Amino acid sequence: MISPKYFREIPQRYRLEAGKCKKCGQVYFPPRLICPECKSKQFETIKLNPEGKLLTYTIIRIASDKFSIQAPYAVGIVELNDGVKLTTQIANVDFDRIKIGMKLKLVFRKIQDEGAAGLHCYGYKAIVI
Amino acid sequence: MKDVAVIGVGMTQFGELWGKSIKDIFVEAALKAIENANVDHIDSMYVGSMSSGLFVGQEHLGAVMADYLGVSPIPATRVESACASGGIAFRQAYLEVASGASEIVLAGGVEKMTDGADVTEALATAADQEYEVYQGVTFPGLYAMIANAHMYQYKTTREQIAAVAVKNHKNGVNNPNAQFRGEISIDKVLNSTLVADPLRLLDCSPVSDGGAAVILCSMDIAKKFTKNPVRIKASAQASDTIALHSRKSFTTLNSVTAAAQKAYKIAGISPKDVNFAEVHDCFTIAEIVVSEDLGFFEKGCGGSAAEEGLTSLESGKIPINTSGGLKSKGHPVGATGVAQVIECYEQLTGQAGKRQVKNAKIGLTQNMGGSGASCVINILEAL
Amino acid sequence: MGDIMVGIVGFGSYLPCYRIKVESIAKQWGSDPEVIKRGLRLFEKTVPGLDEDTITISVEAAKNALLRAEIDPKDIGAVYIGSESHPYAVKPSGTILIDALGIGPEVHVASYEFACKAGTEAMYVAYSLVKAGEMKYALAIGADTSQGAPGDALEYSASAGGSAFIMGKENVVAEILFTDSYTSDTPDFWRREHQFYPRHAGRFTGEPAYFRHIVNAGKNLLKKSKMKPEDFKYAVFHMPNGKFPQMAGKQLGFTKEQLETGWIVPWMGNTYSGSSPTGLSAVLDVAEPGDKIFMVSFGSGAGSDGFIFNVTKKIKDVQNKAVKVRDMLNNGQIYLDYGEYAKYRNKIILNE
Repeated sequence: MISPKYFREIPQRYRLEAGKCKKCGQVYFPPRLICPECKSKQFETIKLNPEGKLLTYTIIRIASDKFSIQAPYAVGIVELNDGVKLTTQIANVDFDRIKIGMKLKLVFRKIQDEGAAGLHCYGYKAIVI
Repeated sequence: MKDVAVIGVGMTQFGELWGKSIKDIFVEAALKAIENANVDHIDSMYVGSMSSGLFVGQEHLGAVMADYLGVSPIPATRVESACASGGIAFRQAYLEVASGASEIVLAGGVEKMTDGADVTEALATAADQEYEVYQGVTFPGLYAMIANAHMYQYKTTREQIAAVAVKNHKNGVNNPNAQFRGEISIDKVLNSTLVADPLRLLDCSPVSDGGAAVILCSMDIAKKFTKNPVRIKASAQASDTIALHSRKSFTTLNSVTAAAQKAYKIAGISPKDVNFAEVHDCFTIAEIVVSEDLGFFEKGCGGSAAEEGLTSLESGKIPINTSGGLKSKGHPVGATGVAQVIECYEQLTGQAGKRQVKNAKIGLTQNMGGSGASCVINILEAL
Repeated sequence: MGDIMVGIVGFGSYLPCYRIKVESIAKQWGSDPEVIKRGLRLFEKTVPGLDEDTITISVEAAKNALLRAEIDPKDIGAVYIGSESHPYAVKPSGTILIDALGIGPEVHVASYEFACKAGTEAMYVAYSLVKAGEMKYALAIGADTSQGAPGDALEYSASAGGSAFIMGKENVVAEILFTDSYTSDTPDFWRREHQFYPRHAGRFTGEPAYFRHIVNAGKNLLKKSKMKPEDFKYAVFHMPNGKFPQMAGKQLGFTKEQLETGWIVPWMGNTYSGSSPTGLSAVLDVAEPGDKIFMVSFGSGAGSDGFIFNVTKKIKDVQNKAVKVRDMLNNGQIYLDYGEYAKYRNKIILNE
């Protein structure tokens, strides 16, 4: 993991900071420079509510080298209560239990390791509530 | 804009080409195309390749291939749009001829995937690095999520999805360049290894090496080179959000619908006028969704259409992927979009052998990148 | 002591959902699980997922403490995490935690290490800084994902979990009345730099190490405070297994009943720096105003930190504001077999 690249995403990955368009109210995660809807460049920072529901998912059985030790693991698209949709792993759950529409909450977890000597990389994962 | 024709084509075998480097593969395809087109020179060339850098450590492919094709100092451009690299290379070549900037242009694509790189990681660069791939999602994972959404929303079944693979393998038997030339059954698909639930190994296009090239020139000089030029009736391209999660729907690909709308308008036709199509079946589910988004079937009915044989060569309302598709022909990423054009050309010039669609007049190619973030559609017509 | 009340303003814990039973480990090594369960008075332990470490455990525990304290994270002036399994040898775990919780950047951060008592060290320093008037609030955490060597006795007990305490002067729920520390060079258990597993000196870890330090620190606390064991509602000691804290309690004059509420080791295992802190958290989950709590930790190498707490009226306002230790212990458990456990604990040699 390239340090500056990892460091830049910390507010989003650790604190769920998003950008809300001051003009039309659309929320973007991660934040953007220009609103695709109304083309405004004025945004305010907001923290997202970590609770939401599952829109779709899959179980990754064959992963890239970096993630292979974690396989199989569940990944899904979650719609948070404030409307933002994001992709995240679903942790600590029996695969058979996973259902579209189920309620989830984002928690702080380690997402990946950069080998044995690189950075520990943290972020959000969903757990069933 | 001038009228543009395809006047020659060439491709390599698709498969695991251990003995051939990326240069060997591209040049072989390009030389075949040049010979097939009967041209003695080309004015410009495009090389579509998704990730030669990650797969073999070589960028700057335009220059590399112009050098090894022996055509320096003509302009040579590398085109990248993930899995749509080849189709967009073709479109760029088309625009260069249509604009009058060049007379004869080569559009080629190549990918060398078997030299030992982490293929899953390289392919995942087509997705959102920081918000999809960082989380551990893979490229098959993205399409698996599309599949689950389609099955949830439209009650599409696993068997219907598997029918796409069965059909494409059946077609691939008659394609001498195909990576896989054997039939498979629904059972075989449903019992193959799980890759990302519900998608299994036989739902996924393979890892392949391969190259494909076509020669384009303006229609007014085409007959100098071939009795059988094929007209490019339309070429359209569109984009969508890079991340699947940013889309309003996970079961409709907006880049496909937008490009299709434009392409049909330019061509002055509607979906029912298309006789056959080469469609981007990177995964079985992709063909189902795209067949709907191209307007061949009602939204949600792509699964039953595949199951009922509506897209088969023999009895289909609209034969899809007579070449075997990416599934059976192989998917050397950058070459795919160009190989789709080659199948269209062979169909429209009556050279498709046992794969021949009767009365093939209008063909369509649909090539897309990532989880549908980019899409290019070309419509070709027999003269 | 003094006039101004200083103590715990918010507390919270986190335990991973994975568990492994003594039976599964015993089966692996051909041992008799009943003998082990009787000897250690321990049935199962928590196991961290591949995506959990001391930092993620600390963050979730601290979130629960913040839910109870209801303070602005920016008012926290120091963050100390005590662990013997900090994910980085150089880069304090607290640096990641502060960004995760929106604490700082005007904050002092340090990592503490002293085998199983690193958590109480963090608590002592955090408390002292607030008492000295250096800052409004200080956050102290004891958390671990410690390793037991395969086939070793410690493999049955070394577990994962942690607890967080916000020290302050306003809205104190458990006032700290007295502290004591007792330390010496007693090499009962250690880990050399770059070694994956720790080493221990067998039975030497008992009387000369664990018991000597806990009992001495305990006696000093009783002397300082002029209190007697009967004055306390609860007693919490470091819990390397189920048996040792009960024996230490007895030596100091406490009853099994006084230990019971904080005695969570038979189902949690030994969370090392999280051990007595999580026992304390389990007590605070149910304590009543006026209850006195006696707590002594132990860290090999060796030393003990002791605390006497007085629970205030404010405790009732905060108990239900976050998840309780026993609720995490008794709900949502996922049991692993030895193979899964070995994979999660990185005990399998992978191809580089």
